[in-house]
Amino acid sequence: MSTILIIEQVLNGLQSGVMLFLMAAGLTLIFGVMGLINLAHGSLYMVGAFAAAAVAGVTGSFLLAVLAALAAAAAAGVLVETLVIRRLYAADHLDQVLATFALILIFSEGTRLIFGSFPLYLDIPSWLSGPVTLPGGIQYPLYRLALIGVGLVVAMLLWALIERTRIGIQIRAGENDREMIAALGVDISKLYTLVFALGAALAGLAGALVGAIQSVQVGMGEPVLILAFVTIVIGGIGSIKGAFVGAILVGLTQTLGSVFLPVLFRLFLDPATAMSLGASLANMAVYILMSLVLIFRPTGLMGARA
Amino acid sequence: MKKLLLTTALAALATGAQAEVKVGMITTLSGGGAGLGLDVRDGFLLALAQSGRDDIELVVEDDQQKPDIAVQVADKMIQSERVDVMTGIIFSNLAMAVIPSAVNQGVVYLSPNAGPSQLAGRGCHPNYFNVAWQNDNLHEAAGAYANTAGYSNSFILAPNYPAGQDALTGYKRMYEGELAGEIYTQLGQTDYAAEIAQIRASGADSVFFFLPGGMGISFLKQYADSGVDIPVVGPAFSFDQGILQAVGAAALGVVNTAQWSKDIDIPVNQAFVESFQAEFGRLPSLYASQGFDTANLLISALEKADPSDNDAFRAALREADFDSTRGEFRFGNNQHPIQTIYAREVVQEGDVFTNRIIGVALEDHADAYAAECQMP
Repeated sequence: MSTILIIEQVLNGLQSGVMLFLMAAGLTLIFGVMGLINLAHGSLYMVGAFAAAAVAGVTGSFLLAVLAALAAAAAAGVLVETLVIRRLYAADHLDQVLATFALILIFSEGTRLIFGSFPLYLDIPSWLSGPVTLPGGIQYPLYRLALIGVGLVVAMLLWALIERTRIGIQIRAGENDREMIAALGVDISKLYTLVFALGAALAGLAGALVGAIQSVQVGMGEPVLILAFVTIVIGGIGSIKGAFVGAILVGLTQTLGSVFLPVLFRLFLDPATAMSLGASLANMAVYILMSLVLIFRPTGLMGARA
Repeated sequence: MKKLLLTTALAALATGAQAEVKVGMITTLSGGGAGLGLDVRDGFLLALAQSGRDDIELVVEDDQQKPDIAVQVADKMIQSERVDVMTGIIFSNLAMAVIPSAVNQGVVYLSPNAGPSQLAGRGCHPNYFNVAWQNDNLHEAAGAYANTAGYSNSFILAPNYPAGQDALTGYKRMYEGELAGEIYTQLGQTDYAAEIAQIRASGADSVFFFLPGGMGISFLKQYADSGVDIPVVGPAFSFDQGILQAVGAAALGVVNTAQWSKDIDIPVNQAFVESFQAEFGRLPSLYASQGFDTANLLISALEKADPSDNDAFRAALREADFDSTRGEFRFGNNQHPIQTIYAREVVQEGDVFTNRIIGVALEDHADAYAAECQMP
């Protein structure tokens, strides 16, 4: 196992981590501010990817496609929030799960009605395609480097928004005491719509960016959604910083686990058993990580909420 | 026009006052795997419409790619709708949930896609016919092709679930070279950066992968972008007409194995490709050809015997007296196909990505489990 391979795998882990962060950030904001469990967050990711694929198909421009993804996902978010979610804030978590699960089905079959049952084509723009050579002779895809960059920039902007702006103050206040900021004259329902749209746009952005190197198809959001939930549980529900740390941890654990666990087992088991045991354990690695975090820090790494 | 034809065909099938044969189709029509079920259904419908028979009533239901739903639908079809023949299931885990109990209740099942090894060997049944392939077949063909191509150090990967394990076993059954690496990925995995890095570092001279559906699209796009240029082989499932457009140029030149291709130059196949395209406005896929063949097998048997006469009907099915889109087609002792499997290459025709046959991978190939099958 060469150093080059290890560095490359760490980069891969970082890249999947920052994309996961885009999903988890929205999810944790929505849960933190509104106390809502939004299972349909993965559908917004899918909406972003489909919008990007459709616009890229017509215009051929990747930048326009990404903008379309942001706009479409944010619009879908606003629509869903005003029509459905708004009625669920006071409801029990179980009702929220039920209603947002219904939204997943509606989004999936709606997308299938519009775009058909076959996966769509969305590709990396030519100016970001192909590998680049990093110091040390590592060949690494330029697009994945760009994803790491975009993810970090978005994380920074989000941090600035939450910590440095008036809206950020309102959002943080909303997490701590809903009634009080309503009493102080903040239009809480507008704030909720805004937060929801922001979360949706982030999910849509992730969908478009990741869609270019994956398959744009119905149901693509669900696997990511599960990981995003694991991420916010690890990071601490409601905390953007926690979502970031959690996402990087999950990304690294998943990537490095799938590579190194089989190698590790090969030291004392025969290759076939080592491979299948390693692969199975790698699948479980993030959940084991989550359990460990929950045992030692039941509120997550950065969570304040009891 | 095409809508009209389909509607009249369906109407003819659905009214069925004089319907004598009832066919139940359980297939995947929603969710991520819907493209496959849709193609099987449309191929089947096309063959029925072309036969002009109005005594076949077809009931189509969606299984949502969930075994429990498939079992519910099957129970309803068998017990309350009393179907004579069943067909349609795409995925092997659903097939294993439905078929053993269905055939034991006297229903004849014609599989247009799934071919789990359990049903080809000891679990074979006189009422069960597979019109597609046994699951291992296309992978075995890929292994055989690798030998012909002179590959001697393959890196192989597949998802960690029964069909994935069968895939690697199938490849290794025929492949004679060394293995540079062997990986089981997660089922439904969408990011293959880690695996591609390992392939790059492994020094392999070829890559074999079985990653059906969206997994294959993701892998191929990322592989093409990684700059690794080791040749890739795989079964047709990741290079099918339905998903090739989503992979795009990343798949060009990749060799894949299939028992059917749209350029098999026989009249029945050319007519099928043309009429499918005219009817549905898209090129037929492997799955569509399997649906079409399944319906034609059924029709050929119905011309000789009635399903109520179970023995005669099964004997008529076993003869496989129909013109298959893939040319020569016959059943082995376990009622699975003995057929030729081709090596195809992904090419671009105009702005459409499709496959072209470049050679035969395995001729008259039967499956490895047939010997274990003891028909009562």
